[in-house]
Amino acid sequence: MSKIFQHLVSAAVPVPIENIDTDQIIPARFLKATTREGFGENLFRDWRFDANNQPKADFALNNPLYSGKILVAGKNFGCGSSREHAAWAIADYGFKVVVSSFFADIFKNNALNNFILPVQVSETFLDQVFKAIEADPKAEIEVDLENQFIRIVATGEQENFDINAYKKTCLRNGYDDIDYLLSLRQDIEKYEGTRAFNF
Amino acid sequence: MGKTLFDKIWDSHIVMSKPEHPDAVYINTHFIHEVTSPQAFDGLRKRGIPVFRPQKTRATADHNVPTLDQHLPIKEARSRHQVEMLTKNTAEFGVELYGLGHPYQGIVHVIGPELGITLPGMTIVCGDSHTSTHGAFGAVAFGIGTSEVEQVLATQCILQYKPKRMKIEVNGTLKKGVLSKDIILYIISKISASGATGYFVEYAGDAIRNLSMEARMTICNMSIEMGARGGLIAPDETTFSYIKGRQFAPQGADWDKALAYWKTLFSDNDARFDKVLTFDAADIEPQITYGTNPGMGMGVTQHIPALDQVEEKERPSFKKSLEYMDLEPGSALLGKKIDYVFIGSCTNSRIEDLRLVADYVKGKRKADDVVVWIVPGSKQVEAQAIEEGIDKVFAEAGFQLREPGCSACLAMNEDKVPAGMYCISTSNRNFEGRQGPNARTFLASPLTAAAAALTGRVTDVRDNF
Repeated sequence: MSKIFQHLVSAAVPVPIENIDTDQIIPARFLKATTREGFGENLFRDWRFDANNQPKADFALNNPLYSGKILVAGKNFGCGSSREHAAWAIADYGFKVVVSSFFADIFKNNALNNFILPVQVSETFLDQVFKAIEADPKAEIEVDLENQFIRIVATGEQENFDINAYKKTCLRNGYDDIDYLLSLRQDIEKYEGTRAFNF
Repeated sequence: MGKTLFDKIWDSHIVMSKPEHPDAVYINTHFIHEVTSPQAFDGLRKRGIPVFRPQKTRATADHNVPTLDQHLPIKEARSRHQVEMLTKNTAEFGVELYGLGHPYQGIVHVIGPELGITLPGMTIVCGDSHTSTHGAFGAVAFGIGTSEVEQVLATQCILQYKPKRMKIEVNGTLKKGVLSKDIILYIISKISASGATGYFVEYAGDAIRNLSMEARMTICNMSIEMGARGGLIAPDETTFSYIKGRQFAPQGADWDKALAYWKTLFSDNDARFDKVLTFDAADIEPQITYGTNPGMGMGVTQHIPALDQVEEKERPSFKKSLEYMDLEPGSALLGKKIDYVFIGSCTNSRIEDLRLVADYVKGKRKADDVVVWIVPGSKQVEAQAIEEGIDKVFAEAGFQLREPGCSACLAMNEDKVPAGMYCISTSNRNFEGRQGPNARTFLASPLTAAAAALTGRVTDVRDNF
């Protein structure tokens, strides 16, 4: 897993379904590993493969027309279970960016902690992205973290996206939250000294 | 200006707040289980650091344990390995474990409250989205990912942006046969599976205030199903009398001091919420879901929306969902044949749930072609059920009382609903494949599930009251 994200130009894989929950991204029966690796092969397992483990031809990840490091999905992506395995599966499969018009809170944190950039766009822009991919499955999308924009290269349509300054710095430099929290050790001990009870 | 309950607790736990940075929030209690913790312990090993405050983390095995023959070694190799890793990790890092065979073992969100570990005013996290359950005690409790589990193990803190505040008031008197599960399913059906994303919810109003602690836990448990970061209820006499005398609750002079503090935990009259929603308890009938997210629910006598009642943009996802469920838009669910009944999960597996079901089915027998699984939330719930003779009522009804665990709520163990079959479930998620590949889930209350167990069909529990 690369621990840095700055800028990307890539084709994108469209999954225009709303409310994609983390049970679809990685079903519970594949959560039995004790390491972070190898979850990519079961990404969207039950949408990608039938009961006989044969690829379902109509699912985007099985369509040879689509490729790239950007996943584009319908609104409320990543709802449900807090399993970070969902972010591990997306990263392990090779995606660096997920674009949607709305993300569930826990998934967003998990994605950022794994150096996957969740790009939240308007519903109108999301439609434009889906249309661009429909018109040309190899349509390139540019994502720029420094300037916080996403652009459809062929049409020039673009939109700015939000990301908090702290996480932006982490992503651009490969810092993680534990490094920061460990640096607060004295403050944490000082806080503990001020509390009579553990609540 | 006054503060909300959520703000009072959050603000009193900030260790560091810097501009442009998320708050470093101190965590009082951290629960862990076998599925979302092994990678976090590995992270500590890689960094060569210990668990910072091992006495503030408690562990149990629940997600993939079998619910039969727990005294025997786990048959499935990968599940066994994961549970063994938890034993090894907790021993190595000095964390207390209530593992299989321990009298405190059970679903993490059932054992915390029943042992008196969960207390008002606490910040509580766990690598499980249903951690919001503990909010019923007036705690700020929420689910986290494994990287965050590692943060808490390493520093007893977590980095979080403060969510917005929402108040959901439910006023009035509940109708007969309507349980707290129906309240929360009703709210989610009204505001959708993403209606509270970005918010921390406080539940208020006399319909909430009149609920028992266990019923309140059911409400807070499902906060995440509308996207909320968590949900909480201000503590009151109901809360205090539930906690008093439990194993890990404060005692003697500590109890008096704690109580004095807990009584300050409420939202001030002039506190400002970013959003307020109000519902009337009298409008709520027993609920059932028909789709593949918890927002796709309705009253048990109602019809699934017809296609033209669904916004055009949302129709493809709506159709996909109903195709998975093999249901027609516009049709009714009442009388629909079901195959399985699952009564369990961190939502509805406590002793009150089991008592309600036992009272309802006493002297009756399940429908012949229905399989009924009752999975208690903990060893203590199981022991209490046996002491009260509830196990015998279930045996006479043809229900199987199994051993504690998450079981068919997420089907990580052997408790899977077969492909294509319909299950009425008291759990919290009806996602595709949640109860087994291609299994179909109807979420409902324990009473509605019990009624279906007897008739073999989706039934209005009010018919037999």
